[in-house]
Amino acid sequence: MREITYSEAIREAMSEEMRRDPRVFLMGEDVGVFGGVWGVSAGMLQEFGEERVRDTAISETAIVGMGLGAALCGMRPIVEIMFADFLMCAGDQIVNQVAKARYMSGGKADVPLVIRVTTGAPGSAAAQHSQSAESWFMNVPGLKIAVPATPADAKGLLKTALRGRDPVLFFEHKMLYALRGPVPEDENFTVPFGEAAIRRSGDDLTIIAIGGMVPKALQAAEKLAQEGIQAEVIDPRTLVPLDVPTLLESVAKTGRVMIVHEAHRRSGPGAEIAAILAEQAVEYLDAPILRVAAKNVPIPYSPSLEQTVLPQEEDILRAAHELMRGVKVAEPL
Amino acid sequence: MDATKSLSSYPTSLLLEMFRRMTLIREFELRAIEERHRGLIPGFIHSCVGQEATAVGACLALNPDDVITSTHRGHGHLIAKGGEARYMMAELAGRQPGYCLGRGGSLHISDFNLGILGANGIVGGGIPIAAGAALAFKMRGERRVALAFFGDGAANEGAFHEAANQSAVWKLPVIFFCENNLYGEGTAMHRSTAIQNLADRAVAYGFPGVIVDGNDVVAVYEAVRQAAERARNGEGPTLIEAKTYRLRGHYEGDPQVYRTPQEVEEWKRRDPIPRFRARLLQEQLVDESTLEEIQGEIMAQLDEAVLFAKQASQPQSEDALYGVYADIHNGLVF
Repeated sequence: MREITYSEAIREAMSEEMRRDPRVFLMGEDVGVFGGVWGVSAGMLQEFGEERVRDTAISETAIVGMGLGAALCGMRPIVEIMFADFLMCAGDQIVNQVAKARYMSGGKADVPLVIRVTTGAPGSAAAQHSQSAESWFMNVPGLKIAVPATPADAKGLLKTALRGRDPVLFFEHKMLYALRGPVPEDENFTVPFGEAAIRRSGDDLTIIAIGGMVPKALQAAEKLAQEGIQAEVIDPRTLVPLDVPTLLESVAKTGRVMIVHEAHRRSGPGAEIAAILAEQAVEYLDAPILRVAAKNVPIPYSPSLEQTVLPQEEDILRAAHELMRGVKVAEPL
Repeated sequence: MDATKSLSSYPTSLLLEMFRRMTLIREFELRAIEERHRGLIPGFIHSCVGQEATAVGACLALNPDDVITSTHRGHGHLIAKGGEARYMMAELAGRQPGYCLGRGGSLHISDFNLGILGANGIVGGGIPIAAGAALAFKMRGERRVALAFFGDGAANEGAFHEAANQSAVWKLPVIFFCENNLYGEGTAMHRSTAIQNLADRAVAYGFPGVIVDGNDVVAVYEAVRQAAERARNGEGPTLIEAKTYRLRGHYEGDPQVYRTPQEVEEWKRRDPIPRFRARLLQEQLVDESTLEEIQGEIMAQLDEAVLFAKQASQPQSEDALYGVYADIHNGLVF
């Protein structure tokens, strides 16, 4: 299969859907002439024109709110919010309007709105351009949340989102944009929401890794294999809905589990997953559920500081060793 | 004397419809308040008594396939756009046949078939949504218009400014309709806003700002008709500031410490409904018995609406768990 980057895969998904469905269009800050600050929509303005690739003012509330209004009136907008940190500028529209439109209307409103947003730390971008905001929105019923970790999933999940009837927050990790991988060329290739991918099989412990942490978890798993520890790496692919059965099945097999994410540890996605496992799989567990996550401080600027705060491969390895010993070494923060 | 031209230039059917809808809104609100006190309605009521002319003048100037977004004080807008009293009353009562199956209540009533994209519990929340509807119409080449109702309070929300600016850039067919009732909840406008006329803000975005007497239904109708024509012709947005007044509290039970009874009495003299009624009679366009007949029909309609709401079934409690998403996952509601 041909290989393309995560970024190209997203562009391909948008372009294919825009060719097949006149209701789909893209708007956001610098998505047109600039081609997206991460280059994701490069060339789309030339193909689709200014009507369907719309550069907006720096007005996140208007971008999301207008996306909602257009979605309620029969369009299928893709709106781009440049950084997950800026989602808060559109907080009311996302949380109070978009998420609740269907429910508050008694189910009448279809909201086929995709909010594409970059997430995670790209390196020395500091506290307002590095956050992983996924779990902020997991607490809001009405939103679906996708966290693709491979080029194929980026394409397939985005196409599912663009063909669906519910609002989707689509988190694209900045450090994955250049990642290359095989992506089907079939126009109807989609990846369903709520189906986790088992990235690597293993019997000794389960690593549930989210978004940008999936490649790091896989690297760590290879090192563990050299020590004779076989880790199963599971990528949930969507956090809402979450494929709980696949997680339970793996934990039932391994009896040891860690959740790895770049979001802060406190109330991050791992907190929810750990709670579900504690509720539903405690009888299988041979060790405490561990979380490997960003520490509970804002993401700092200086590389050495940033490295201290963000979860690293060695943190995954250390957690794996703890799990195998069945002892929890208290982690600060 | 009203500044608008003689009413005789309007079809009598339109004038009677203005009267009918304004009266229906007034009586609906009074009945809703009564039923709130009697216990049929569990939630808050933010009545629009005194602001009927803005709702009716604006909505009658739109086409049936035009859309509106409304506010927390939205009953009038919904009725003016064609919302049916019985389903509204049932929704206020939290009953199954209500507009939103009892899930929304007063602040969230919508009817997409009537172009009502929703009342809104968030001040200013509907404004970008209306702009987005206008964007959809423009992209599809439809000659439809979106109108966002909002208050003087919402004019200080970022949502208004962002939507106004972006709509101007794209020349969207949207009307920003500000009902300036002089108070954002309990704070007088002069204490929250340093300018006298909110319409002046349109200059900052590059489209016309119009001031209209919000208690004159025909003046409102004219202003919105012109704005809608402008929008349909691709000339972009208009900001209309309708000066009006709510004659009751922000919510039922509001102690209204922020204004004087004298001020309220003064505005009662400008109540849009008696004023319009007097004008219809003065210009001899209808006779009193016709208006009495309309009034009687409305009272009967509201008796029926209240009875409908009272007799309507309660939602099944497990229904609370459905309708968050279009689908379910692994057999579960999520």
